[in-house]
This record gives sequence, C-alpha cells and structure tokens, in this order.
Amino acid sequence: MTDDELRTDGSGATARATGIRRTLDRLTVEDLALYVVLVLAAGFYLVPIESGLVTSFKTGTAIIETAPFAPPGASGFTFEKWRTAIDALLRGMGNSLLYAVPATIISALIGSVTAYGLTIPNWKASYKALVLALIIAGIFIPYQAVLVPLTQFWSQWVQLGDALSFVWALGIDDDYVGIVELVITHVAYGIPICTLLFRTYYKTMSDEMMESARLDGASLRRVYRRIVLPLSGPMFAVVLIYQFTQIWNDLLFTLVIVSTESSPAAPVVLILAGLGTSMEGQDFALRMAGAFFAALPTLAVYILFGDEFAEGVAA
Amino acid sequence: MLDFYRRLHRAISPTSGDGDEPRTDGGVVSDGAAANAGSGDDPGPIARLSAAVDDRFGSDFAESSIFWLPPFLLMGLFVYGAVIWNLLISLTDYQGFANAPDYSDLDFEMYTRALADSGFIDAAVNTLILLIAFTAGTLAVGLVLAILIDRGIRFENTFRTIYLLPMSLSFVVTAQFWLWIYNYNNGIANSVIGVFGLGPVSWLGNQAVVLYAVIFALMWQFSGYAMVVYLAGLRAIPDEHYEAAKVDGASTLKMYWRVIIPQLKGATISAAVVLMVFGMKAFDFLYSLVGGYRPPNGADILATKMVREAYSNSQWAYGAAIAIVLFGMALAVIGPYLVYEYRRNNL
Repeated sequence: MTDDELRTDGSGATARATGIRRTLDRLTVEDLALYVVLVLAAGFYLVPIESGLVTSFKTGTAIIETAPFAPPGASGFTFEKWRTAIDALLRGMGNSLLYAVPATIISALIGSVTAYGLTIPNWKASYKALVLALIIAGIFIPYQAVLVPLTQFWSQWVQLGDALSFVWALGIDDDYVGIVELVITHVAYGIPICTLLFRTYYKTMSDEMMESARLDGASLRRVYRRIVLPLSGPMFAVVLIYQFTQIWNDLLFTLVIVSTESSPAAPVVLILAGLGTSMEGQDFALRMAGAFFAALPTLAVYILFGDEFAEGVAA
Repeated sequence: MLDFYRRLHRAISPTSGDGDEPRTDGGVVSDGAAANAGSGDDPGPIARLSAAVDDRFGSDFAESSIFWLPPFLLMGLFVYGAVIWNLLISLTDYQGFANAPDYSDLDFEMYTRALADSGFIDAAVNTLILLIAFTAGTLAVGLVLAILIDRGIRFENTFRTIYLLPMSLSFVVTAQFWLWIYNYNNGIANSVIGVFGLGPVSWLGNQAVVLYAVIFALMWQFSGYAMVVYLAGLRAIPDEHYEAAKVDGASTLKMYWRVIIPQLKGATISAAVVLMVFGMKAFDFLYSLVGGYRPPNGADILATKMVREAYSNSQWAYGAAIAIVLFGMALAVIGPYLVYEYRRNNL
C-alpha cells in the first residue's frame, strides 16, 4: 500500500524524494541525456503503433513508395481500407461487447465478494492462505492445460444450446450459444485475478469500523453491503478496466469456443486474425486499419483510465 | 489428525503460525473442551456441528463460506477439475471425430510419443528459450526505464503512459503491427538496419532469427509492465538509503547497483513470474502473425503445438499430453513463487 500511496498521491512524499534525487546529479548534461534517452524510448514504443496508423490510410502504391512510418501524402491517402475493415469487423465488435461487458461486470462482482469472504471475516489465517494459494495459482495456469476438457465440457457435457432453445426460437442464430459459453468461461477464469486485486485492497481497509459493526451484531452480509461495498469504488474501477481489456483481447477461448470467423457470433479478435490475408498476399493497409479499429475500445479505456490500468497490472 | 495438521503446518510455515489470529487459546485442549461443553447442554446436532466447525476453523468460517465457497468451487471446477480431466484425457488415445474419449484404456503412450517427436522437442526448447530470453530482457529494459523515470523527471505520467501503452493492446493487434515491421521489402526493421549497411533480413522466414524477432516484439509489448512493477518497488525504498549512499560518496551507478537494485528482489520475482506466464501464453501472438495454427518455422512453442495438434489435427489426447507438459513447466515456476509469498505472509 505504501508504494501505491506514494505513486498516486504524487505530491508530498514524491516531491521530497524528487528533491533528494535531483541533488544527486546536478549536471545538466546528464539531465539532457536522460531526457534524450526517455524520448528515444518513447519513440521505440510509439513507432510500431504510429507506422500502423499511417499505413492504414495508404493506397497500395503509397505503401510501396513511401517509408513505412512516413505519412501517405495527398495522392496516396485513402479511407477505403478503413471502410473495408469496419465493414468486416463491425459485427465482431458487437459480438465482443456482448460477452466482454457482462463477463467483466460479473467477474468483478464475484471477485469482490470472494475477496471479502477471504479477507475480512475472522477465520483461521492458515486455512485462508491455503484457499488463496489455490485461487492465485489459477491466475497463472496456462489455458492450454484446460482447453480439451473445456471443449468436451461445452460440447458434450453441458448442452447449453438445447437448454436455450427458447432463445433460438425467437430468431436468434443458435451460434450465439458461444457467446453465453464465453461469458461463463471468462467469469470462471477471471475469478482468481479479480479476487487477488480486491484482496490487496481489502487488506488495507481499517478494521475498526467493521469490528464495531460486528460487535453490534451486524451479519457479515450487512457489513459487506453497508461498509465494504460502498468503499470498493476505486478498486472496482481498476478491476473493471483490467478485466475488460483482458477479455476483449483474448483470442484463445474465442478460438476454441466459437471456432470459425464466418460464424455470425464471431468476436472481433477472431475476424481480425484472418483479415487481409488472401491468395495474392497480405493487404497490410487493411490489416492495420482492422487492428486499430479492433483496438479502439481498449485504447479508449486506456487513454481515459490509464492510471487505473497501471494500478491493475502492478498488483 | 488435528495434531498432525498442526505439525505439518508448523513445518511448512515457521514464521506465520497463528499469530494473526485473535483467538490465541488454540490447541488440542480447547477443542476437547468445546466438544464437552457442547454435549453438556445438548444444543442439537447441527448446532454442535457448527460449534465444532467454528472452533476448528475460526468463528466466521461457516458464515463467511457463502461469500467465497461458491466462486471458489466454480473456479476450482474450471481450473483444477479441468486440469485433472486433461490429465485423464492425455492418458487415453482420443483422436479424430469421436465425441468423447474412451477412458477404459489408460496408458502413457502419448508421452512416449512426445519424446520421440522431434517437433515436440524443438517446441519445448523454443519455449524455454522464449521464457528465459523474454523474461530476462523484459526485466532489464523495465528496470532501466523505471530507474530513469524515478529520477524525478518532468512529464513522468506522460512517459509512463506511453511505455505502458502496448500492454493495453491485444496480441492479435500487436501481431499485425510487427508483421508489417518485419516485412521483408517495406518493413521498418530492414530500413533501420539498412542505415548501418546491414540486411535485409527475412525476419520471419529465417528459422534462426524468427524466434528472437518474436521475443523482441513481446519485449516491446511487456517491458512497460516490468517498468510499472519496478517503479512501485523503487518508490517503496526509503529516501534514507539514497541519502546514505550519497553521504558515503558512492557514484550514482554504484548506488543503484549496490544499494537500490538488491532491494528490488521482491519486485523482480513477482514480475518474472507474471512475465513467464505471459510468455507461455504467446500463442495468441503467433497465431495472429500467420492467421493460422502453424507459426513460422523455427518459432513453434508448446502453446502453439498443443492447440495445433488438438484443434487442427484432432489429436486430442496428444494435445492434452503436451498441455500437461506445459502445465508442469508453469507449476515449476508458480509453486516456488506461492511458497515464497506464503512464507513472507503475503498471500
């Protein structure tokens, strides 16, 4: 928590540290070198993205004639690739939102409740640690180790498609069962990381209020609803942002659960992976336009909530 | 039984004990006392049971289980249930279009087949190279960036945001960018080394180069993450340590090497574990690079080979066996990490 505090409040303690570290090297040449290195590093991180962006607006000839990171110029400029990419990916965007949003919200809520049950109530710390170790290990499982059983589970054991037959009767394509399966799958595999994030937050909460509430005879449920949940707002922002990015970006589960990009329920990552590849070779401008379009939601989330994202990945 | 557990518990956790438990009367004696008290005024079997549970696990155990037990079971089913099931499938001969494996005939045939499969050995070696080179490289870059940013620069947030930006992007998206960068005729990579009179190199076509090209792209994507973790670690080091080093007259470089970096052990370990796991998941990147199950020659890793064997070749049992090997590798990383965190009371 101390590092979080130092990082986020920014003013007091950091300023002091800044002062001390500044005096360590007053040499302006060094300072200058420092900024040059930092800007070069920023260039290193931005150039692949920048060159993708300019390329997405280039015509076929401009791609060959101009440098990959140079802007296309008036004659080589076109919106056509973006139009094609949006046409191809728009339905995928809708499908991705259809599972990413519910899965994100549900896994954040479950993570909060789980972390509460494993942190605040008073039971044996060593048993808690055992349960937590099992949960945290779940974050690090390579998903390949569960894929074949997952396929078996959804295709043979739980025939969700039959159970939801009343939905298909409404005229919705029955491929959308994949979306429901993706929601459940992402929630199940998202529980560990959401629990861990909330737990690091709940561990730092002051016990006093909860202790006195408990002594007054409040049930655990009441303590959660009245005290813990209302204080969880900042952590919900972190978890929702992190989890949304993870689920939106995941390819592996969509690949094995929805499987084909021609499916009406195909998520955007699945369509993007095959976009712009044909017999004649690769259409890079189309690929770049598609990549940007597919990344728009996560880019928007990152630009708007960068601090929360940083906090989520650092935990 | 209880006694055995206590001894086991003491053996594995010399530091923690039950110190953070407000109930300090612990021990076998009180368990017996509670059971006696329970039978004394005879409150009925359910109350007696719950009293016994409370006594053993702590007063809120039963009441709190409604919060964590259902999610824990759901997660346990999908994670541990699936891993055990996967192990079982890897012992069968399941392949082709059959709906379900035949569990009656179990053997280790798939594992011996893997050892005889040169493709598997190559993929395993590539996985190890990728894990080690990617983790070490990313940590080094992240550490340097964190130290530079921590030197009290202006626009700190802007730089941090830029460095972390690739991490917010999907592997599917970054693969498109790097495919373009590594393009033989028009890519940036070849024009950059062309400035120094080198190349052009077929980055994704040359078997000796492609794995390192992929590692470089992954480093680009995740070094911002290592930076954030190290930055948090650096901010946790008290200012006195910088001052003391300064008073001792240590040079800046020496101060970081002798005083600061050794204190980042915890940050290094947790970042390394997470990075290794990202490295094992590089499947998404390699799949998107080619838009199919077969990555460029020389860049096949266990993660891609597993999915290809199972979902492209319908060798389900063989794929499951490869997955178990991958799982074992992950476990070798995670297990010690969890023990380490547990010992430090960090869980």
